[in-house]
Amino acid sequence: MLRKTFEHEIQQVKDDVLILGSMVEQEILVSVETLKKRDIEGSRQILELDKKINAKRFEMENQVMILIATQQPMAHDLRLLASILEIISELERMGDYGKGIANINIRMGDQPLLKPLIDIPRMAQRGADMLHRALTAFINEDVETARAIPQEDDEIDGLYNQIYRELMVFVIQDPKTIERANWLLWAAHNLERVADRVTNICERTIFIATGELKEIDSSDDEQRKLNQNPD
Amino acid sequence: MHILTNYQHHTNDNSPINIDIVNLSVYYGKFRALAEINLQVHEKQITAIIGPSGCGKSTLLRSFNRMNDLTPSAHTEGEIRLDGQDINATGIDVVDIRRRIGMVFQRPNPFPKSIYDNVAYGPRLYGVHRRSDLDGIVENSLRQAALWDEIKDKLHQSGLSISGGQQQRLCIARALAVEPDVILMDEPASALDPISTLRIEELMHDLVKNYTIIIVTHNMQQAARVSDYTAMMMIDEQRAGNIIEYGKTDVIFTNPKDKRTEDYVTGRFG
Amino acid sequence: MTHFKELITRNLSARSRRRKATNAIILSLTGLVTLLALIPLFWIVGYVILRGGRSINPALFTQLPRPMGVEGGGVLHAIEGTLIITILAASFAIPPGVLAAFYATRNPNTPLGIILRFSTDVLSGVPSIVIGLFAYAVMVKPMGHYSGLAGGVALAILMLPTIIRTTEEMLKLVPQNLREGSLALGAPEWKTSMSVLLPAAANGVITGFLLAIARAAGETAPLLFTALGNERFDVGMILRSGVQAGQSVWQIIGRIVNQPVDSLPLTLWKYAQQPFPERVEQSWAVAFVLIFFVLLINIAARLWIESRKRRLQG
Repeated sequence: MLRKTFEHEIQQVKDDVLILGSMVEQEILVSVETLKKRDIEGSRQILELDKKINAKRFEMENQVMILIATQQPMAHDLRLLASILEIISELERMGDYGKGIANINIRMGDQPLLKPLIDIPRMAQRGADMLHRALTAFINEDVETARAIPQEDDEIDGLYNQIYRELMVFVIQDPKTIERANWLLWAAHNLERVADRVTNICERTIFIATGELKEIDSSDDEQRKLNQNPD
Repeated sequence: MHILTNYQHHTNDNSPINIDIVNLSVYYGKFRALAEINLQVHEKQITAIIGPSGCGKSTLLRSFNRMNDLTPSAHTEGEIRLDGQDINATGIDVVDIRRRIGMVFQRPNPFPKSIYDNVAYGPRLYGVHRRSDLDGIVENSLRQAALWDEIKDKLHQSGLSISGGQQQRLCIARALAVEPDVILMDEPASALDPISTLRIEELMHDLVKNYTIIIVTHNMQQAARVSDYTAMMMIDEQRAGNIIEYGKTDVIFTNPKDKRTEDYVTGRFG
Repeated sequence: MTHFKELITRNLSARSRRRKATNAIILSLTGLVTLLALIPLFWIVGYVILRGGRSINPALFTQLPRPMGVEGGGVLHAIEGTLIITILAASFAIPPGVLAAFYATRNPNTPLGIILRFSTDVLSGVPSIVIGLFAYAVMVKPMGHYSGLAGGVALAILMLPTIIRTTEEMLKLVPQNLREGSLALGAPEWKTSMSVLLPAAANGVITGFLLAIARAAGETAPLLFTALGNERFDVGMILRSGVQAGQSVWQIIGRIVNQPVDSLPLTLWKYAQQPFPERVEQSWAVAFVLIFFVLLINIAARLWIESRKRRLQG
């Protein structure tokens, strides 16, 4: 078959995407674990992992640029390589969210958690799972799955709202808890953003397979739009 | 205007058409080289014809200016309408068709005459003999071909004494000198070095403001760089050439509709 | 894989030595044989120069022959005769020859084209004396007298196959896309042939002409029954008397071509057989002139081609 070398290099880049993805999954899950267990040392290790993720992302970007320059990709190949650049950028940001949670843990220091973490870990599990399946859909160019996954964002948003309300109750009852509530809210917010970025990855998968580039709106976006003043 | 196509056809814009090919078939003796070609060429745009070797691209190109007539065994069926008039109809003046549709060949082919006489050859055929008129035409054509500054002091030197890239631009100037409407280019840069190639491509961008250009090329990147529309050709089971997809170049190279086109532009064809 | 490498590279140095030796032997052999082939040329030319050079004097070129047995005189009549017949022959042979070559190149497979090429081949094999006889039958007999015109016609027939064949070969060498370039501009076929193809093939075609002319200038047999020979032929005198008598250009030309003329080869043939030693000496001188003439034509052809090449390369 023609372009064996090129095919081989594309396959390597795709494998790297999966590797990067699993590093990010790990960062998210472990950062929440260390927060739950108040494992400060563990959180510091997360910061190290994040550096590795950033380095790998730049390495992959370089690799893709070389392929574009030297192989004149067209049509499907072009869409694939251009999308990979986007996807690794999204993955890197997701990694940053995990780093944010690790930082929260470190800055909380000796202060105890406001409440035992239940929903936040649940958000992290769901988000990591969505990411994992989204990357599988990317490798297989599975358009149906890629269209379906963004729907699960609603569930994540639901969890976020729940956490929000709970934390508000705490703060209303005892205003001195506002700082610690804030930390937890911020962590939850990060995890909600992770799910949004998974949606972007799904959009890219659909683009690679079909050439259509469209935003997939989840229902909370719809809601937010409706809540804005209709002009 | 009709849309009689049996292939993926997605130019669907309203820019004007000046050449309309209807059910064109070209035979060499009993062998059918082109099978029922249908194509509309947009005016003052660059249309590229791509496809693997032997798929009939050059045969199609040469149909536009009836150069296939020079092959004794060739015969043509179907219509090629230039501004509404079928150029294959009986009674049509071939000389006039060839004036209106000029051609630039793969290997530069300047005549063994001076540069001036090369460019003036065409106008002289059409009765222009006054020196002042010819001077004007020669300068105008050479300027349009981006060659004037380089050779304005060498007009009386032989057309063969300049470099390959310059010779090709001279051939372009020669074709422009008779005021054509359409310029056909058969792999115009394949015999040239990369810098000359890029110059010719720049030139095409300038020329297309005033002329319809149709280019056959086996260099896909060139087709992608240069053209507004691309037609993809392939041979069928009877080894006759067909157009399998025709659309805006951007789409053909980022998201073609036919798998065969995809395989060809990504280099997986084989 | 290394097994093959071994096969190829074994005994390299011995082979190399053998190769060099073989090269040297073959090269020397070729050189030797070439020299052998050149011997007749140098011998002939050398001998003619030596033998004929003795009798070269200005009178040879400016005077008419003296009566037999008398010393002195020249071969002006033969020189003028050769020039006139050659010019006539070239004028008769070149236009139809070139046109026929064009036709044959463009239509090789039509009946006429096939007949043309076949006839050309046959004609080139016809003995020159037969051609002379033919010219006698169609020109001398009806006209009632020998003439330079008939001689010119005979030589033209002789030249025709060479001209057709050379022109055709040269035209075939012109790249096809030159013709296409002209036709694509809207030029008709004949204009393309005249303005583009012929100039492109000119070098070879002109060489063909000159070679045909050189050959014709040296022919004797066809002139035996046509031009015959004329020791009193003097163009200068014809011109003077014609002008005095107020004749038109055509009339003067008519007088020149309508009488028997001599040519250099013909003169050589006659003189060499005569019992008079002066004539025999003069025949050697004529040989000298002839060879010189042929040499001149070839050199002129070379120079012309070189200068044309230089002009075209800019």
